[in-house]
Amino acid sequence: MAVPVKIVSVDGDEAETEIAGVRRRVSIVFTPEAKVGDYVLLHTGYAIGVIDEAEAEETLKLLEEIASLSEVH
Amino acid sequence: MKFIDEYQDSKLVRGLACKIAQRSTKTIRVMEFCGGHTHAILRHGIRQLVPKTVEMRSGPGCPVCVTATVDLDKAIALAHLPDVIITTFGDMIRVPGSYSSLQKVKAEGADVRIVYSTTDAVEIASANRGKSVIFIGIGFETTAPTIAASILRAQREEIENFHVLSLNKLTPPVMKALLESGETKLDGIVCPGHVSVIIGSHPYEFIPRDYRVACVISGFEPLDILLCIDKLVEQIEKGEPKVEIAYLRGVKPEGNRKARQLMEGVFEVGEANWRGIGIVPKSGLKIRRKYERFDADKAFSVSLKPPKEPKGCRCGDIIRGAAMPLECTLFGKSCTPESPVGPCMVSSEGACAAYYQYGTPEDLHTL
Repeated sequence: MAVPVKIVSVDGDEAETEIAGVRRRVSIVFTPEAKVGDYVLLHTGYAIGVIDEAEAEETLKLLEEIASLSEVH
Repeated sequence: MKFIDEYQDSKLVRGLACKIAQRSTKTIRVMEFCGGHTHAILRHGIRQLVPKTVEMRSGPGCPVCVTATVDLDKAIALAHLPDVIITTFGDMIRVPGSYSSLQKVKAEGADVRIVYSTTDAVEIASANRGKSVIFIGIGFETTAPTIAASILRAQREEIENFHVLSLNKLTPPVMKALLESGETKLDGIVCPGHVSVIIGSHPYEFIPRDYRVACVISGFEPLDILLCIDKLVEQIEKGEPKVEIAYLRGVKPEGNRKARQLMEGVFEVGEANWRGIGIVPKSGLKIRRKYERFDADKAFSVSLKPPKEPKGCRCGDIIRGAAMPLECTLFGKSCTPESPVGPCMVSSEGACAAYYQYGTPEDLHTL
C-alpha cells in the first residue's frame, strides 16, 4: 500500500516527509521531480509518484456535482 | 489527512452510490485485483453501497497470498542456513509453509527480521558483513522497483553479503492467465492503483480488446472505489469496454518511467509460480545475470522436501476469484487471523482476513 505524505525538505535522492505530524526520511529516487510542498505516494520507504493536485481538485469537483444532482432526484 | 479525508466524505459517497444504483440494470461481476482494494471495500462497507446487480470478487493481488508454498519452503530453508539473516515484510513470517513458518524457525533460533523497507535490509547487511542477509522479495510492480533500488545500492556500496530471493510477480500477465482460463466469468476489473502508478494504463489495453472486459484503475478511498465502480458499470451498460483511470491524482497513462527503468535494468521477465494458479509464463521477475551475485537463488542451494498444501484450505480458489472466503469450511473455525491455515487469512491484503475483520451478516447472507 502507499500513503500520501508531504515533502518538507529535499536532500539529493532523499526527502524529509510529514504526515499527521509524523516525519520520515524517504527515497525519492523514482520521483526526482518531487519538490518541497509536493505530496508523494509513499510505499515501503520510497516515493513512487507525485500526487497531481489539479487532478485531485477536478475529481472532487466531479464528485460534488454528482452529489448535488442526486439530491435533486 | 490531505488526499485521504476528502475522499471519505459521506455526502459525496451517498450521491455516487445513488448514481451507480440508477445506472446499473445488468447483473455483472467485477473483480478487484488488489488485496488493498478488498480490504478497503470491506472496511468501508462498499459491498453494501453498491446495488445487488454488481457482484464483487477478490483477485490475486495479495503478494503474500500468491507466494507458492514451495517458494515459502525455500525461504524457510534459507533461514536454517548458518550465518544467514532473513529479512522480509511483516506478513510473510506468519504464513505457514509445508512443514514450518518463518515465525516458527525464528522462535527456534533462526535470525529472521521484519523490515519496513528494502533500505532497512541493505542497512542490516552493511552492519553485519560477516553474515549473509537475504531479503525475501515479494510483491508486484509497486514493490519491484524498490527491490531493484536496493540491489543497485548494494552494488554501489559494495555490500556483497546482500541477497534477494526474487519472488516478484507481474500483474497484467496473471490477469491474462485468469481471463484465458475462463473459470470465473468477469465483466470488469477494478485495476490496482499503486501498481498502475508504476506501469500506467497502457499494459491493460489487451483486456477490453481481446476479452471485452472493462478495466478501471482505482484509488483506495471509498469515493475512489465507487467512482471506479461507476465507470465500470457505465462501460458495461454501454457495451463499450475500455481502460479508464479513476485515480487521476495518482496515475498517469504512461506510469512512472524512472521506476520502470530501474526495475527493468535489474530484473528480466521470467515465469513465476502462483499459489492456486501454477506456473504462469512471463509473470515474474528474475535478477539479471549482471547482478547475479545478489541473487539468493544463485548464491545458496537448499534441498527441499516436496511441498504440502494445507488440507481443506481454499486460498487457491479464492485467489482466482473462483470462491469467496466464506465458502471455505475452515473460515473462522480452524482458520482465524490468530491461527491462520492459509495465507489469505494472514495477510493485511488477504481476502479471508478482510472478511474476518469487516464482513457483515449481509456478506454471510449473500452466499
